[in-house]
Amino acid sequence: MDSPTPTDGIAVKRHRLSTRLWHWLNAALLYVLFTSGLGIFNAHPRLYWGQYGANFDHAWLELERFPGWITLPGLYNLAMSRHWHLTAAPIFAFALLFYMLWSLANRHVTRDLAFRRDDLRPRHIWQDIKDHARLRFPTGQAALRYNVLQKASYVGVIFILLPLVILTGLTMAPGMNAAWPWLVDLFGGRQSARSLHFIAAFALAAFFIVHILMVILAGPINEVRSMLTGRYRVPEERP
Amino acid sequence: MILTRRMALLGAGAMLTGCDRLASHDSVRKALFSAENFRRWAQRSLMARDALAQEFRPDQISPIFRANGTANPNTPAYKALWRNGFADWRLAVTGLVERPLSLSLAQLRTLPHREQITRHDCVEGWSAIGKWRGVPLRTILEGARLRDTARYIVFRCADDMGGGRPYYESIDLIDAFHPQTILAFALNDAPLTVANGAPLRLRVERQLGYKQAKYLMGIEAVATLDGIGKGKGGFWEDYAGYDWYAGI
Repeated sequence: MDSPTPTDGIAVKRHRLSTRLWHWLNAALLYVLFTSGLGIFNAHPRLYWGQYGANFDHAWLELERFPGWITLPGLYNLAMSRHWHLTAAPIFAFALLFYMLWSLANRHVTRDLAFRRDDLRPRHIWQDIKDHARLRFPTGQAALRYNVLQKASYVGVIFILLPLVILTGLTMAPGMNAAWPWLVDLFGGRQSARSLHFIAAFALAAFFIVHILMVILAGPINEVRSMLTGRYRVPEERP
Repeated sequence: MILTRRMALLGAGAMLTGCDRLASHDSVRKALFSAENFRRWAQRSLMARDALAQEFRPDQISPIFRANGTANPNTPAYKALWRNGFADWRLAVTGLVERPLSLSLAQLRTLPHREQITRHDCVEGWSAIGKWRGVPLRTILEGARLRDTARYIVFRCADDMGGGRPYYESIDLIDAFHPQTILAFALNDAPLTVANGAPLRLRVERQLGYKQAKYLMGIEAVATLDGIGKGKGGFWEDYAGYDWYAGI
């Protein structure tokens, strides 16, 4: 692979300030949104497809209430869950919007996140999957670029999952349905949108778990420091 | 560094109790509760004043329209009205109006109707689609000649929520004069059942279910919500901390 370079073992500037600020704001907001969202879900732990859905209608998923250790507030309180959720949601949505625009403007998207032709070669993707499976993390210069699976998950989260969770969330507001009826139609009705909101939230939770796992396996101190200060120590090349 | 499930649970628990503790501070509570104003402003900015809630086709109606909240007011006064087929029931229109009214169900039925198949969205998350027929609130307010000082319309209900606290709700004039805001006396082509609010209930279609006051006894035009109930504009707003603006 890459030949040894002078960057080995030295600290380099890795993450921009905008990325770091957004990352930690997101971490806090997603935490509040997920846990308060489970609190809201507990008011009616059934999911439906289509325009309508209530107790007499067919639910495609019916769950027990989520336990207090993972809901906000810990004791069931629909009004407080909604206050948390609906206060955090607009901040979260506008932060994403600004981050997207900012990342387009400063070329973070085109430089770091956009797939290159090489990235998408089946053999390259397969190699990347094998490397991940063997927990062989990139070293040297390669560690400074996102690999194809990383790009896919970051692009998927930023441009698909987060917009989906925000738009399906908006769709659950009766006022928004009057303002933007096309949005609820796009998702096939309010109860479909509610189901998609729930699925997207759990997809984000899955991303969170894999993300934390990868940080721990790749070296938590270096990774967390790079997201706090921006400085990243380049892993030395394997002999 | 090994993150065990136990540590994750403890961490999550600590953060959540942290959030709960935060919410017990007056300033945080106030900020959380006042975010409602932003949402009302944002929604009202995004939608035309008379933007209509979605209406549906007859084949999209829920097979069973779920009733929620009070299933039967069961007070002696309500039972007496019900036994008589609501012939003695009157809707009192009072407050900041030049011509207070007292309307019977028969009188309401002679007024121009609006029929709408709309989706009822409960704050809990479920939805039911039903076909409502009723008198536009605008018609009543114009008949009673609202005074310029009126800012809100308060809906007084027959159901007692315990301890002599009747259910009530309120909306502002933007929603009061909205074309789909009606006082409904029929659901799915049948007179309202007791569970769904007989003899008359409010439909304010751009807001959540708890605003759709059932068992209406009176509507009152007021300049301020202070002094009514606990002043938050509705029973659940007063006692459960729900938002007064329920467009979200």
